[in-house]
Amino acid sequence: MAQEHGQQPPMATYVKVWGLLFVLAAASYSVGYFNVQGLLRWFLLVVLMLLQAGLIVSLLMHLAWERLALVLAIVLPPTLLLSLIGIGALDGLSTYLTRNAFFEPAVAPAPAEHH
Amino acid sequence: MTQPAPISSDASGSLSQSLRSLLADISSDQRVFKNVPWAKVMMWVFLLGDVFVFGSFLIAYMNVRLSTPAPWPHPTEVFALTVGGKEVPLLLVAVMTFVLTSSCGTMSLAVGYGYRRDRQRALLWLLITALLGASFVSMQAFEWTKLIHEGVRPWGNPLGAAQFGASFFMITGFHGTHVTIGVIFLVITAIKVARGDLENMRPGFMTGRKGGYEIVEILSLYWHFVDLVWVFIFAVFYLW
Repeated sequence: MAQEHGQQPPMATYVKVWGLLFVLAAASYSVGYFNVQGLLRWFLLVVLMLLQAGLIVSLLMHLAWERLALVLAIVLPPTLLLSLIGIGALDGLSTYLTRNAFFEPAVAPAPAEHH
Repeated sequence: MTQPAPISSDASGSLSQSLRSLLADISSDQRVFKNVPWAKVMMWVFLLGDVFVFGSFLIAYMNVRLSTPAPWPHPTEVFALTVGGKEVPLLLVAVMTFVLTSSCGTMSLAVGYGYRRDRQRALLWLLITALLGASFVSMQAFEWTKLIHEGVRPWGNPLGAAQFGASFFMITGFHGTHVTIGVIFLVITAIKVARGDLENMRPGFMTGRKGGYEIVEILSLYWHFVDLVWVFIFAVFYLW
């Protein structure tokens, strides 16, 4: 059924993507291993994460070979999560400030020597 | 999400052409997702729901982590293993990532060989995928045991912020459950492939639906999704 519509990617594509995923995962790990800090850490983590996600979704999950109607139905709804990330971050930070203002910190907050 | 240039047969034309096909699909007064097996659409819908489940978990984790004044335990130290008297940060997690990424490749090979009607190879790669998945879950069980022995609980831990345990057990537990379910279905699918059910389009045990080799591809969607979630967990939980 499915092989009659669209096209199946050649096996070589799978193997190449597989190899690339190993490289990207190793790169992610080395960010932690070498303890890269600050903005660079976040930049690398997010870029490597999105590259891996894009490779998996588009090539291994065959989204690149699907019709646009299906692709958009899958890719667009998760972008709503971006607003939830924003709300979550705002709320988390305001809770943090409130706790610091109204509670004697039970555990003295460690100086942010980490990150 | 980054989208490499689509190689789709439908989208090979210009942008206006693919937009036109999109509008035609949606306005055709028939089913929207043309030529897509309905079971595949259903799997995508399920996965879309799962995106929001895991998305909510990870965002809730971000929220509690930002909100706590107590120091957050350093994941690189918590998840370090001592090898030959030397502490290697995140060693077990790295091996788990390696195993799950490997299983992603083997799963794709099973899909490819299935569509090429190479039953033996499809079966072999399915079984290897199941084995890799099972070893991932075993390593996770080991990690949980280690942390529980160190006194980490969902309501508190001796290392710092109480929310650490709750986030850890909730997120990795839910992900591990997904992997376990995936392994079970890999074994079921492997049995179907071994029996030759998919060549004969023999109906499954809970349905009268005739299944061809597209069920291997549909299972692969689930399996790749589990790896996709791990990519995000690895980055935001273990490396933050």
